[in-house]
Amino acid sequence: MDLQDVWFVLIAVLWSGYFLLEGFDFGVGMMLPFLPRDERERSAMLETIEPVWDGNEVWLVTAGGATFAAFPAWYATMFSGFYIALLLVLFFLIIRVLSFEWRGKRESPRWRRIWQWANAIGSAGAALVWGIGLANLVHGVPLDSKNDFAGGVSDLLSPYTVFAGIAVVLLFVFHGATFLTLRTLGSLHDRARRASRRLSWPAAAAAAVFVLWTVKVAVDSNDKSVFPPIVPALIAIAALVLAVVFVLTERSGRAFVATSVATVAAVATLFTSLYPRVMVSNPDFQNSLTVDNASSAHYTLAVMSVVALIFVPLVLLYQGWTYHVFRHRLGDEPLDAEQGSAPALDEPASPGAEPVG
Amino acid sequence: MTTVSLARLQFATTSIYHFLFVPLTLGLGPIVVIFQTLWHRTKDEKWLRLTHFFGTLFLINFAIGVATGLVQEFEFGMNWSVYSKFVGNVFGAPLAIEGLAAFFLESTFLGLWIFGWDRLSPRLHLATIYAAVIGSWLSAYFILVANSWMQDPVGYKIVDGQAHLTSVWKLLTNEWAYWAFVHTILAGLTVGATVVFAVCCWNLVRRRNQELFLPAAKVALIVLVPVSIFNLWFGSHFGILVTRLQPMKIAASEAQWNTCSHCSFSLFQIGGFTEDDQTPSFSIEMPGMLSYLATGSFSGTVQGLNDINDEYAAKYGAGNYKPPVRAIYWSMRAMAYSGSVVALIAVLGAFFYWRGWLERWSWFLWVGVAGAIFPFIATTAGWVLTEVGRQPWIVQGLLKTADANSPAVSTAWIWTSLSVFVSLYAVLFVVDVYLMRHFAAREPSVPREEELETPVPAF
Repeated sequence: MDLQDVWFVLIAVLWSGYFLLEGFDFGVGMMLPFLPRDERERSAMLETIEPVWDGNEVWLVTAGGATFAAFPAWYATMFSGFYIALLLVLFFLIIRVLSFEWRGKRESPRWRRIWQWANAIGSAGAALVWGIGLANLVHGVPLDSKNDFAGGVSDLLSPYTVFAGIAVVLLFVFHGATFLTLRTLGSLHDRARRASRRLSWPAAAAAAVFVLWTVKVAVDSNDKSVFPPIVPALIAIAALVLAVVFVLTERSGRAFVATSVATVAAVATLFTSLYPRVMVSNPDFQNSLTVDNASSAHYTLAVMSVVALIFVPLVLLYQGWTYHVFRHRLGDEPLDAEQGSAPALDEPASPGAEPVG
Repeated sequence: MTTVSLARLQFATTSIYHFLFVPLTLGLGPIVVIFQTLWHRTKDEKWLRLTHFFGTLFLINFAIGVATGLVQEFEFGMNWSVYSKFVGNVFGAPLAIEGLAAFFLESTFLGLWIFGWDRLSPRLHLATIYAAVIGSWLSAYFILVANSWMQDPVGYKIVDGQAHLTSVWKLLTNEWAYWAFVHTILAGLTVGATVVFAVCCWNLVRRRNQELFLPAAKVALIVLVPVSIFNLWFGSHFGILVTRLQPMKIAASEAQWNTCSHCSFSLFQIGGFTEDDQTPSFSIEMPGMLSYLATGSFSGTVQGLNDINDEYAAKYGAGNYKPPVRAIYWSMRAMAYSGSVVALIAVLGAFFYWRGWLERWSWFLWVGVAGAIFPFIATTAGWVLTEVGRQPWIVQGLLKTADANSPAVSTAWIWTSLSVFVSLYAVLFVVDVYLMRHFAAREPSVPREEELETPVPAF
């Protein structure tokens, strides 16, 4: 395996990490205006993701940086070609960041409603655009002979890519619901469980169609055979079926593992369908960007490999530890008993406030 | 406007905006670290209250830094695809390392710090804010390594019209990066300490919580006095390196059209900023000072714009290699004069504090409040000087800005994104100022009972 291939895999891993982790916090964000009954539940719901969403988003920052360093031509063509899509992503992610940081800063119900909707719209919008964007890598967009994007915004929209966007949104809500079921107690837990039950079939069906359709698109427009992309696709489908079973039989831990596996396997399906291209050119297939013609020289890749070898395990270690620290279930404590510097961040803690755990 | 000038306008807007929040994060973090460490050591309740109080201000700004930083990362590919392809081998590496080695550290441990008060032992919790601050400083280092390569390309060779990295060691130990990093960290500490001092002054002038804000003002001044003075010296010495590597930038920042020795430094001048008008109609000068600042010797020779342009034309082909002189001249002065004002406020503040006058002299407290604007002017002007002063190059001597934008991106697309960012950032700014004001004016919270006891550690 050449270093180009190693870096292709590593970038796929970074995207998988991003979808796996930010996937559930997007899902929780999307349900924010709908699921909770009152402010107490809404705060508990947000608190399941507040300590970790920022660390989750760094997976995207790193995927972007790694693409820039390892495949400059891919980074350049994708980011300039998917211009409006990425502008939308930035818009959605920014309003979402603000909602996390600013929502709790004022008591006013109107203020909080604005930011809870910002979170939901930001989460759903970013998930939709990422789904459409990544699906376009496999489906192909018009590239010229210098591998520059030669299309318009409408070239990103086809039945397959739009469906991919919707499927990613549904998969993330489902993933968020299983996460929430695992992380909550009491009435909020009951609602999360009901939501994951209702979402299970439609989300699993959409995601299953998405991975199969991806394999078909890879065969049609990326000169691939059914094998190997079908392998991660089948793993995704198996995980989705198991997720439905676990949700219906109320085994929340296993259900979350199953939606996690399904999310990672869906990303793996996309990247397996893409390799050895990094951006398919459609209609002029010979203009496609590949791991060879888009990559950096050997020296840069070698340096970056050493860096990744040291830091990726470290990051996994301390992010894993963070999830361990915040593993307790939430939802039954009285209003305002939020953790952390909550007394300094939000209005003063109520007298009955108690730390949990 | 052409796509290139629009893309430049967009980069200038978003990066200047981003860099209002970055130095504040770089500087406020360590001050919060000082407060929390004092709380940990002395168990004096006031330090805990100050940790929470300034920690909140720190987080409000950190959020905007993250959101606007993502825009910066995407913007290279979106608007500057030719540049991205040309430099990716070299420039992409420090960006990717920044994500893996620094930004992960900063974000993850900041999350642990915010929400870990009751879940971690006090010692471990204190360690999380140290880790987050170390992450933010490392992050600044790697970003500056990337930028330094645009100022002074090292450790590369050109292969098939692309820059290929030949030595990562040379890239990471670029002399320019070292100067830029220390200068930026000192500037960040200056911004952070000035803002803390301003918030203290504002509360003191209203006679609120003196028992908190007087000690906090002391901490801010202990940081601010040495840092702001040292940075004036350090920044001016940085000029010697710039003179050696980018003589055009220095000549433009002094509006020095002709080569001179024993050159005097122009403190203020009217006219003398354009090709047709090379001699100022009025100026105040300090004899020998420019030679000293640029070369380290009062009799040193400083090359003028015209001579350097001839030299570059011979080397790179005929053309105009002069950056906009007026903008560079004034951004240099805005930076240096604002930095001096900050140092002056710091020294006066320390003196008044020592004599016990600070909390009584309202006029000076108002000066302290208003003083918060100056380090922001200095950092913004400093980046304008650095980036506009490098023009017409995007990478010094290797690639011109005019040749570096994305061919696939139309002016309509850039107009769209520019309007989205400008309106979004305007809203952000208004809400941020509102929140900062709201929280800076708020009664610092009194710690809950169990926070003052030793909590049961999670580990």
